[in-house]
Amino acid sequence: MRHANPRERIGWGIAGAAVIVLALLPVAWILSLSFKTEAALKQSTLWPTEVTLDNYRGIFQTSLFTRALLNSIGIAVLSTLVAVLLASMAAYAIARLDFPGKALLVGASLTIAIFPQISLISPIFNIWRAVHLYDTWPGLILPYLTFSLPLAIYTLSAFFREIPWELEQAAQIDGATPFQAFWKVIAPLAAPGVFTTAILVFIFAWNDFLFSISLTSTDSARTVPAALAFFTGASQFQQPTGSIAAAAMVVTVPIILMVLVFQRRIVAGLTAGAVKG
Amino acid sequence: MAAISLREVTKRYPDGTEAVKRMTLDIADGEFMILVGPSGCGKSTALRMIAGLEDISEGELRIGGELVNDRAPKDRDIAMVFQNYALYPHMTVRRNMGFALELAGVDRATIRRKVEEAAAVLDLTQHLERKPAQLSGGQRQRVAMGRAIVREPKAFLMDEPLSNLDAKLRVQMRTQVSRLQRRLGTTTVYVTHDQTEAMTLGDRVAVMRGGVIQQVDPPEALYERPVNLFVAGFIGSPGMNFLPAAVEGATIRLPLASIPVDERLRARLADGRLPRSLIVGIRPEHFEDAALAGERRSRGITVRVTVDVVESMGSEIYVHFTVEGERATAGDLDELAGDAGGHDMVGAEQTEVVARLDRAARPREGETAELWIDTDRIHLFDPADGRCLTR
Repeated sequence: MRHANPRERIGWGIAGAAVIVLALLPVAWILSLSFKTEAALKQSTLWPTEVTLDNYRGIFQTSLFTRALLNSIGIAVLSTLVAVLLASMAAYAIARLDFPGKALLVGASLTIAIFPQISLISPIFNIWRAVHLYDTWPGLILPYLTFSLPLAIYTLSAFFREIPWELEQAAQIDGATPFQAFWKVIAPLAAPGVFTTAILVFIFAWNDFLFSISLTSTDSARTVPAALAFFTGASQFQQPTGSIAAAAMVVTVPIILMVLVFQRRIVAGLTAGAVKG
Repeated sequence: MAAISLREVTKRYPDGTEAVKRMTLDIADGEFMILVGPSGCGKSTALRMIAGLEDISEGELRIGGELVNDRAPKDRDIAMVFQNYALYPHMTVRRNMGFALELAGVDRATIRRKVEEAAAVLDLTQHLERKPAQLSGGQRQRVAMGRAIVREPKAFLMDEPLSNLDAKLRVQMRTQVSRLQRRLGTTTVYVTHDQTEAMTLGDRVAVMRGGVIQQVDPPEALYERPVNLFVAGFIGSPGMNFLPAAVEGATIRLPLASIPVDERLRARLADGRLPRSLIVGIRPEHFEDAALAGERRSRGITVRVTVDVVESMGSEIYVHFTVEGERATAGDLDELAGDAGGHDMVGAEQTEVVARLDRAARPREGETAELWIDTDRIHLFDPADGRCLTR
């Protein structure tokens, strides 16, 4: 790599800084809001003059938020587990087997992924009401699976294709059943791919607003992004700005942490699995 | 340990192509059998059918007397060494070698003992805790061998196990494989495209071509008495020289010279008769510098040739020269030439001949040399079907 001259470096530095500021300023602003007192909300300073944890205490005392947080965690985790499980099996079949209509299947599943979700909301709403899935966990997990599986299958089958087929044959000859060959040889090697997929699915389910706001009516299944819209101030004359900011921080931080933690795992996994044929 | 027997085994793909055609082969208990042939001859497919990685379309496969056509690989009790080794990259050498035993539910102490024994034999003891990625090519190859021997299976199947090694290591490992097989006495089927490996390793060698076994014999027999042009041309390096010839009365007329059909030659003919045209096969070592032939000269013929290229190997000398006239043509020869990467660079009107001479010979490039041909050792082939006419 050649060294950039000082002028180029300054130019790139400014561009980089601009992007970071643009991306992070709203986050910083919400972070700041979440620490401001009720009275200081209207102040237009980024740094709060008086730091308070009242907003955080407040949201954890309302069942609206705690219940929504529980729903968010449960629904996202379950969606991720089921999606990864199903997607690994489907992707494995796609990578390894030649069955009629394979190309069609992969194509069709990708079509689902790019299908505009909003267009499906009203039919799903009506069906869910009829089959009593409205306002339940499965009622959200199912659409999350529908929209995350195609991408999950696609990512995972790319990973499975990378694994030499001989490894599996070697395992079979070593006495492994097809399941043992998959579980003990192929799955560990595909672990980085599985983690990547899991993160993608989790973030999708965790961040979803559309399905959550449309397919829930009470706090029995409402997730945090939807619940934020139902926050109220202490009285009808107060804005719940501080509480919303605090809640937003609470749901953003786990995602950031997870990405940071898993990112290292992904890189570690990729290099540890590397072997030349 | 067990005998392996194939009866009319055929592999047919859905599109109708047959990779292996009615293959019948009996491999005795403890025998080292080589399947050799050019690429695409069906040798690997045959091995994979024995392993259970390919379905058998027709015929019977028995291992240790039991019909195993429909058994999964894991129920056949065989071990296989793959061309690219197929080591499990996420496991240490120890776990790689012990994986089969682990799956079989063998207790830990026994696994440990067996893996360490095998590691000692293969000189892998200090590498047991490493991952395959940290090993050299030769070490990986040994781990692949170790994984096979730890199991003490009924048979070893090896699919070109040495072809990924560099030339020097390949020769070393060849000796080691041979020693190991003799020591363990396990039935082994070894696939290779390298005729040197075939000749040096096997108790018997099966030469395959286009999915059909051409000849199954011990290496010497294969070399001395090939059944057809294909086997004659495939076995031996440098290969046998083929020259077209016409039979005129009691003489075989070659572009180089004429060979009298004497009593000794007639006695070697399988059915005592010769067709009008022939292909004569002469191995390089059945030439000699006429001056060095000594008293053997009385029974062969002497030819004068113009030396093209001289290659001195130290222990012997290879002399290349060209012979004018039509080159020998037959289906078998075309396939051999195709496998070697196209036809020789010389035109269709000449044939390149290689002769191996004693190192005492002093041939000079561009000059005439007098070469003696041992006519007792030449082979005669029928150009129509490639069949060998001499015994």
